[in-house]
Amino acid sequence: MRLLRQPGIVLSALVILLTVAVMLWPTLFATHDPYEGVAVDRLQGPNGTYLFGTDHLGRDLYSRVVYGAFLSLASAGTAVLVGVVVGAVVGLLSGFVGGRVDFVIMRFVDVLIAVPSILLALIVVASLGFGPWAVALGVGLGAAGSFTRIMRSQVVRVRNEEYVEAARTLGVRWPSILFSHILPNSARPVIAYAALELGTAILAVSALSFLGFGAQPPEPEWGALVSAGRDFVSTAWWLSVIPGIVILVIVLAVNRLARAIGENR
Amino acid sequence: MTTQTSTDLLTVGDLVVDYGSRGETTHAVRGVSFAVPRGAIVAIVGESGSGKSTISQSLVRSLPAGGSIVAGSIVFDGRDLAQLPERALRRIRGAEIGFVPQDPSNSLNPLLRVGEQIAETLRLHKKLSRADAAAEAVRILDEVGIPNPAARAAQFPHELSGGMKQRVLIGMAWACSPQLVIADEPTSALDVTVQRHVLDRLESLARERGTSVLLVTHDLAVAADRADLIIVMQQGRIVETGTARDVLGTPSHAYTRELVAAAPGLSSARLVPSVVSAEPREALTLGFRPGGPVERPETILEVSDLTKTFVLRTAGVAESFTAADRISFEIPRGSTFSIVGESGSGKTTTARMVARITDADSGSIRFDGEDITALRGEGLRQLRRRIQVVYQNPFGSLDPTMSVTRIVTEPLRAFGIGSTAQRAETARALLHAVRLDPSLAERRPTQLSGGQRQRVAIARALALGPELLVLDEPVSALDVSVQEQILQLLVDLQAEFGLSYLFISHDLGVIRQVSDRIAVMQRGVMVEQGAARILLANPTEQYTRELLEAIPGRRRP
Repeated sequence: MRLLRQPGIVLSALVILLTVAVMLWPTLFATHDPYEGVAVDRLQGPNGTYLFGTDHLGRDLYSRVVYGAFLSLASAGTAVLVGVVVGAVVGLLSGFVGGRVDFVIMRFVDVLIAVPSILLALIVVASLGFGPWAVALGVGLGAAGSFTRIMRSQVVRVRNEEYVEAARTLGVRWPSILFSHILPNSARPVIAYAALELGTAILAVSALSFLGFGAQPPEPEWGALVSAGRDFVSTAWWLSVIPGIVILVIVLAVNRLARAIGENR
Repeated sequence: MTTQTSTDLLTVGDLVVDYGSRGETTHAVRGVSFAVPRGAIVAIVGESGSGKSTISQSLVRSLPAGGSIVAGSIVFDGRDLAQLPERALRRIRGAEIGFVPQDPSNSLNPLLRVGEQIAETLRLHKKLSRADAAAEAVRILDEVGIPNPAARAAQFPHELSGGMKQRVLIGMAWACSPQLVIADEPTSALDVTVQRHVLDRLESLARERGTSVLLVTHDLAVAADRADLIIVMQQGRIVETGTARDVLGTPSHAYTRELVAAAPGLSSARLVPSVVSAEPREALTLGFRPGGPVERPETILEVSDLTKTFVLRTAGVAESFTAADRISFEIPRGSTFSIVGESGSGKTTTARMVARITDADSGSIRFDGEDITALRGEGLRQLRRRIQVVYQNPFGSLDPTMSVTRIVTEPLRAFGIGSTAQRAETARALLHAVRLDPSLAERRPTQLSGGQRQRVAIARALALGPELLVLDEPVSALDVSVQEQILQLLVDLQAEFGLSYLFISHDLGVIRQVSDRIAVMQRGVMVEQGAARILLANPTEQYTRELLEAIPGRRRP
């Protein structure tokens, strides 16, 4: 409840709630068809009819941003999910088994972390083919290294806790110890980091789409919108700037909230 | 008591200290008044949470974050420390008021030689020259009873034992000839025999120099031995003040009577079961197996020549260290066998080998006539049903993410015993058996007190209907009055369920309350063992006598 007294956090929460609503029910928010333009109204600046203006085909930018929310955020969410699941499983294995297995896995993770994650994502996308889900997978695998490291360090800590030894003297089998003691007690920092990583993932997904690896035209993915607007930046600034601001606001909101979660543990 | 007289060095009047965090305020000290006469040793006694440490910290305004003095006066030698500006206060700390902290291992700078640390204080407050301060530091080390002081002064803190470090800190507290020394639980991190030497040193310094001492302790027996005046605190208030003789001899407050009765050093008899339930033991838990008419050996555990050697690697040099050297003993069914010793004596290693947590290097463990020394896999897992462990630290041995019910029924789930509903029923029965309120069943360990947690740990250990409980320092993390309750519970449960105990403790005072047989361990060797009554009355070994003499509370009635 103390959180509600901080205006920044309240605002961030509102932004995220609104974004989720837009993502799930775009028809409620859109004012025009996102794919069919009105040729006469092409390249209009923001006005009463077209809140964010129109593009070179006369499509309403606002409605395109609304419909793009699902693609952008769902692939960012998927990316984080991939990162958490892969990282948690590998980290759990590495920390729990220990010894040589742990050593080999962790050196591999060191290499993974040394390579910039956007580059890793590019490699995955290049080998799987373009598209939003390939981008999600790529970004997710790029982040998996950090998740593995966090999970592993937690597992190593929890493994040596007295209650784990106590469980063993109670006759609890190892798999059961893994799922009832080690996993629940290791999960928290991983979850906090996942929330923080969501903001980064939104940026990474948008960046890859901007470069043309993600959603293809005419899909209104945000990164693709910014990219498409580049050609008109001198005559129609809003085409790049407004989707850019939307991305910025959402990433800031996610980060603020994620930090609040992390601090409040 | 609040009026300042010339004989009182320190007068505290109506002191109120609050802790505020997250908008909530806790009243740690609720209007406390007392006086410390010049040259007297005054002990503040109370359990954790009674506010005794808060008082000692607020005297020189070094409260932890969130704590603040809300009201009251602290008049020290004519000045009110509650009002004094920070600059003036800094000159008093160290120079006029010395401190002996609780944990010697965290209180010395690990990067500075110990002599230098004392000399630093001297240069700061007494303005001594570098050479004079160094010479004085050696003299102080000698005074607090450190052998070969000149060589010790050149050593780093990690080269000193805990007892020596605490003596160094006592030396530092007295370095500038203060008028008052505040000692906050100065010996609770030390072994009993060391504890006695350290307290002797502290007391003799105080008497020789005429220094007033404010001794904060949870141990009434320590207070009884050392203090002229005793202040008993409970929940932020003083419940009783008086001379040591009066407080212990004729305690007027109910809480003080409780403390006096609970202090292990002050009462010596073995506890007797308070209630013997007529309930059949099958009724308690699904885990119990019918005893059957089979002839059982009279000895439940037989340990012979058990040895464990650890290899320590320090700076690349492998050094072997024998934690347990040819340990042999027997536990008759239904009795308590206790091992007493100081830290590093190998008592815990022995217990862990018996519980099959640590593997023995050689020797054998026979449980109920069967050799279990090398049992592995499923056989070992099945053995766990019959031997259970209760750990020292109830804050570490319970999974913080689980509810009490889940913790208590975990062993049943591990062995696939009973349905969910039956297990819930058993959990209720177990909580009842350890006298724990059923309303706590859905709480998490963090929401319980230390004593409640240890009851949960005992309930969990009972769930499978074990025959032998290995109790590794089960009460040493608990407050004295809670200690007493847990020991009584253990004695009751033993009578009720015919349990056998292997009881490990460093505290002979606790040991004699529960034991039938006692063994004394020192540096990995069992130096003496025998029936409790005989061993306590006529110890044959010098070391056993030392341990007995170290129990506080023997100097005064």
